[in-house]
Amino acid sequence: MAVSRNLPRWLVAIPTLALLAAACGTDDEGDNGAAGSDGGGEVVFFSTQLAPVEEAEKVRTTILAGYDGEVDFIGAENYGAWVDRITAEAEAGDVTIDLLGGLHGDYVSLGTERLTDVSDLQEELSGAGFDETFLELARLGTDSTYYIPWMQATYIMVANTQALDHLPDGADVNELTYEEYAEWAANIFEATGQAKVGFPAGEDGLLPRFFEGYLLPAFTGGLVTTFNESDEAWDWMRGIWEHTHPQSVGYGFMQDPLLSEEVWVAWDHVARLKDALEQRPDDFVAFPAPAGPEGRAYMPVLAGLAIPQGAPNADSARSLIEYISAPDTQAATLREVGFFPVVAGDLPEDVSPGVQLQADAVAMQTEAEDALPSLLPIGLGDAGGDFNKVFVDTFTRIVLNGEDTRTVLEEQSAVLDALMQETGAPCWEPDPESEGPCQVG
Amino acid sequence: MTEQSTTTVPGGAGVRRPRGRDQLRATLGGRNLPYWLVLPAILYLALFFAWPMVQAFGLAFVGEDGGLTLDHVRTMVDDVAFPGALRFTLLLLVIIIPIEFAVALTMALMVNSPRLRGRGLFLYIYAIPLAVSELAAGIVWFAIFTQQGYLNSALQQLGLADVPFIWLDPRSTEQLLLAVVLAEVWRSTSLIMIILVAGLQGIPRDYLEAAELFGAGPLTRVRKVILPMLKPSIQVALIFRTILAFQVFATVIALTGRGATVLTAEAYRWQTDIRDANVAAAYAGLILALSIVSTMVILRLTRTPREQRMI
Repeated sequence: MAVSRNLPRWLVAIPTLALLAAACGTDDEGDNGAAGSDGGGEVVFFSTQLAPVEEAEKVRTTILAGYDGEVDFIGAENYGAWVDRITAEAEAGDVTIDLLGGLHGDYVSLGTERLTDVSDLQEELSGAGFDETFLELARLGTDSTYYIPWMQATYIMVANTQALDHLPDGADVNELTYEEYAEWAANIFEATGQAKVGFPAGEDGLLPRFFEGYLLPAFTGGLVTTFNESDEAWDWMRGIWEHTHPQSVGYGFMQDPLLSEEVWVAWDHVARLKDALEQRPDDFVAFPAPAGPEGRAYMPVLAGLAIPQGAPNADSARSLIEYISAPDTQAATLREVGFFPVVAGDLPEDVSPGVQLQADAVAMQTEAEDALPSLLPIGLGDAGGDFNKVFVDTFTRIVLNGEDTRTVLEEQSAVLDALMQETGAPCWEPDPESEGPCQVG
Repeated sequence: MTEQSTTTVPGGAGVRRPRGRDQLRATLGGRNLPYWLVLPAILYLALFFAWPMVQAFGLAFVGEDGGLTLDHVRTMVDDVAFPGALRFTLLLLVIIIPIEFAVALTMALMVNSPRLRGRGLFLYIYAIPLAVSELAAGIVWFAIFTQQGYLNSALQQLGLADVPFIWLDPRSTEQLLLAVVLAEVWRSTSLIMIILVAGLQGIPRDYLEAAELFGAGPLTRVRKVILPMLKPSIQVALIFRTILAFQVFATVIALTGRGATVLTAEAYRWQTDIRDANVAAAYAGLILALSIVSTMVILRLTRTPREQRMI
C-alpha cells in the first residue's frame, strides 16, 4: 500500500495504451504475409468450384499433385464469399489471389474490370481443342478472352435399380417424358407406400436450376419470355410433389438420400450424384432428364479459370492454367471429381464404372434428338440471387403453400419483368434473341 | 454472508461505501481512475460493436439515393417467407422458454441439494451440452430424426414401426417445431441451469432453515423463499435466453432445411444468396428491436419493489 501511494498517475495509462497498441497490432498480423513477389511464388487459387472439403482435398492431393510449383487451393463457400474477397482485395489495392476458378455465370456477374485479358494465353493453348461455344462464352460479350475453359458439367437423373420395376408401361428410362416421370413417382408410392422421388430443395440444393434449365424450358420452350405461360409446368410440379419425399426441402446433395435409399429417383448436378454411382455402380442407373412438350431441356454448366488484375504471381498462374488444360489433368479431374473435360479427345479409358454411367447419361442427354440446351442465366450482374428467388418463391407459393397457379404467375411475372428491366439483361437460350432487356411475354 | 450483510442497506438509505475501497481509489488515480479503466472496453465496443451496428441500421433505412427510405423494410414484410419466419421464431420463443425454465429449475434444485452426493459430477454432466455448438447440436438431432436415422432404426428394431416414420415432415409445422424445440431444450437448458445454480448458492441457508423451523414444506420453501430470492438470477437468465431465442439459426437450418424458416435464416439468405445487404439489415434491425423490446418487458415484469430488494 505504501509503495503504490507514490505511483505516478501516468503509470496507470500504460496498460490502457498497451491494450490499444495490441488491438492495432493484430490488424497488421491478420494480413497473412501478403507481400507480392514477381512470379515463381505460391499460386493462390481461389475457386467457387470444387469447394466442398472432399473435392478440395482431391484437387490438392491428386489433380494438382503433378504440377511443378506451389499451389494454395482455397474453396469459396459460395459466390458471395468469392466475389466479396476479390472485390475487397482489388479495392484495397492488395491482391493476393493469383488464379480464379468459377462458373461462367460467376464471371458474368463479376464483370471484366477485375480480370486480366488472357487472349494471348488462349492463343497459345489453341492446340488443346476447346469447343468454339465455350470460347465464345469466355469472351464475356467482348472481343477479348477473359477466362480459359476449365471443366464442364450438367444435371442428370439417377435411379435406384429397384425403382425400374415400377416404370409405367412402355416407358423407356432413357427417353422419359415428364408425364411418365410423374406416373412413375405415383407407381412407386402405390407399391411401397413411400414417396421415393427426391429433389434437392434444401439450403445447399440446386433446385432453382431445375426450374430454369429443365422444367420450364421443356414445357414452354423458353424461360423468361414464356414465364407467364408456365402454368402446366408448375401444375406438373405440384402433382409430382404429392409423391416426392417430404424431406426434399432439406436435401443438398442428392447422392446422400440415394445412398441411404431414402430416395430412389433424383435429379441433380453430376458432381452431386457422383458418390452414389461411384460407391454402388450396380445399384444405380443414370439417365437423361425427362422431355416435355417442347423438348428435352437440359442445362450445360461451364467452369473457367481467370487471372485477377494485379495478381502477384500471374506468370505462375498462367503455367498452372496450362497444366490444368493438359489432357492428363483433364482426365484426372473427371476421375476424381466428376467434371467433364473441355478439351478435345475421347474420355480416358481408365474411368471407374460410376463415372462411365454418368458419361453415358450426359452423352445421351446432349445427343438426344429432342435435346434443348438451356443456358445458365447471363447478364444479370449481381442479381443472380434475385433471379433464383423468383423461381424459388413461385415454387414455395404454388407447390408448398398451395396457392392458385394463375395468381402467383401473374404476380411473379411482374417481379421477374421488373428484375429484367433493372438489369437490362438480353434474352439467352432457349429464349429468342431480344433487342434490349429480355421481357416476360 | 459477510459480503451481503455489509452491502445491505437498512431502511433503503443512501449507499454507504466501505472505507478501504475509498482509500485504494484515492491512492491509485483519484476520481478519474474508473474512467481510465473502462476506456479500453468502451473504445473497443464503440469501434467493433456500436459503429458497425449503426452502419447496419443505416443500411436498412438508406435508399440508393442516400435518402431515408422504408423500401427495404417493405420488401422484407412483403416477402413470401417473412410471415412464416416471424411466426416460427415467436412460436419457438414462447414454447422453449417455459419448458427450459421448468427443467432448469428442477435440475438446479437437485444439483444444489445438500443431500445429493457427487453434486459436482452432476453439474458437470448437465453442463456438457453447453460446450456443443448450435450447428453440431442441429446435426446430431438431424441424425436422430431423419427418415433413416437413429430413432426410426431403433423403432423398427424394437418392432414398433414397419415403415420408417417421417419425423421432419415440412408439411407439418408442429412436427418441425417439436424437433427444433427438443434440440434447443437439450442444448441450452444447461445455460439457464448454471445461472440458477449460481443464484441458489447465494441464498443463505439460514433462511431455508428458518422456514423449515416454522413448518414450511419443501414446496412452500421453493415458492416463498427460493423463488423470490432467485428473482435477479431468473431475470438475467430470462433476458439471456430470450435474446438467444431470437438468434436461433443453425439448429433450425440443420433440422428443417427450407421446411421452416426463422428471422436469422432469412437475414442470412438475403445477405449471401440474394446479395441484398439492405433487406438483410432490415431483418437484423428487426431482430435487434425485438430483443430490446422483450428485454424491457422482462425487466418490467420481473421488477422487484425497492422495499423487497435484498442485494
